[in-house]
Amino acid sequence: MPESRREEGLTLTSEQKRARQQRNVAIGLAIGAFVLLFYVVTIVKLGPGVLNRPL
Amino acid sequence: MNSMSFISESHTSRNEAISTALPGDFLALLKPRVMSLVIFTAFTGILIAPVAVHPVISSASLLAIAIGAGASGALNMWYDADIDALMRRTQDRPIPAGRMHRDDALAFGLVLAFFSILTLGIVTNWLAAGLLSFTIFFYIAVYTMWLKRTTPQNIVIGGAAGALPPVVGYAAMTGDVSLASLSLFAIIFFWTPPHFWALALVKADDYGRAGIPMLPNVKGPARTRRDILLYTLLLAPLGLLPYFMGVASLTYGVIASALGAFMLIFALRVYRHRSGPQASRCAMQLFGFSLLYLFVLFASLAGERLLVISGGQGI
Repeated sequence: MPESRREEGLTLTSEQKRARQQRNVAIGLAIGAFVLLFYVVTIVKLGPGVLNRPL
Repeated sequence: MNSMSFISESHTSRNEAISTALPGDFLALLKPRVMSLVIFTAFTGILIAPVAVHPVISSASLLAIAIGAGASGALNMWYDADIDALMRRTQDRPIPAGRMHRDDALAFGLVLAFFSILTLGIVTNWLAAGLLSFTIFFYIAVYTMWLKRTTPQNIVIGGAAGALPPVVGYAAMTGDVSLASLSLFAIIFFWTPPHFWALALVKADDYGRAGIPMLPNVKGPARTRRDILLYTLLLAPLGLLPYFMGVASLTYGVIASALGAFMLIFALRVYRHRSGPQASRCAMQLFGFSLLYLFVLFASLAGERLLVISGGQGI
């Protein structure tokens, strides 16, 4: 890439990169926990009825 | 200025706009200490509900209420970033300390509020979800945006938001609001003024610097001491309400009476010692004991309900 093009881009500092990576991991874990919560609650609320649906 | 220096400056300002906030900073936005109190009181509200609910449902409800409380904390820090920067007690919070942008806190708070209300509604019922959304609205729009900066009665009226979690917990289990859950609301509501005013007596300078009209700054320490005593006189008998309503046993009644008596003694000491280091010490002792008061009162109520439940019923 030519030097002038690279100048226009945004280069993150190592601190910013590290913080972003940690935030991404935290968001991933939070979404995973949210999905798991709804899965477990669905099973508990519906029980075997979770399979009882019109085909 | 040549074109290269323009690009360079623009680049720098854009680069500074990229956050360096860590997950721990977002956790701090949730006000974990306030959150733990909310979890504890909401859990007691869940336990006094006279219904058998699956532990997964009650745990999920508690989690949703806790996240809702955390959302309130984040939105409070978003709005109050200016005054947080002026007070020693709050200037290390993520926004005033420069670790996070205000917009990030706003987005975080709104997302958490939305999902906590939605989750509570889907998992339990929409009355509980409505009460949770009202609690968040009251804490942010009524307390934080309006009362906190305009009236010395800020924490009296605003205290309703902190008193609602047991009502939300009870509603999540039963789909109803009962006198039993409202008795827990009343206890926290009348506990809040002596608790915060005891701290405000000692931290009056801090609040004054931020321009927050706390009672000691506006009406003076003498009036604050009198009002602390009055609210404690109301609180002590209110602590017995769960016993008189048949929600709690005589053991709870005895514990609540003893705690109320001690709370009154501490409030009387604050009323009598008005100057010097002894006055500050008495105020901080009342502040510390008020935390213990609420913890032991709700723990004994929750503890005996757990004993009853483990003796035969489900949660």
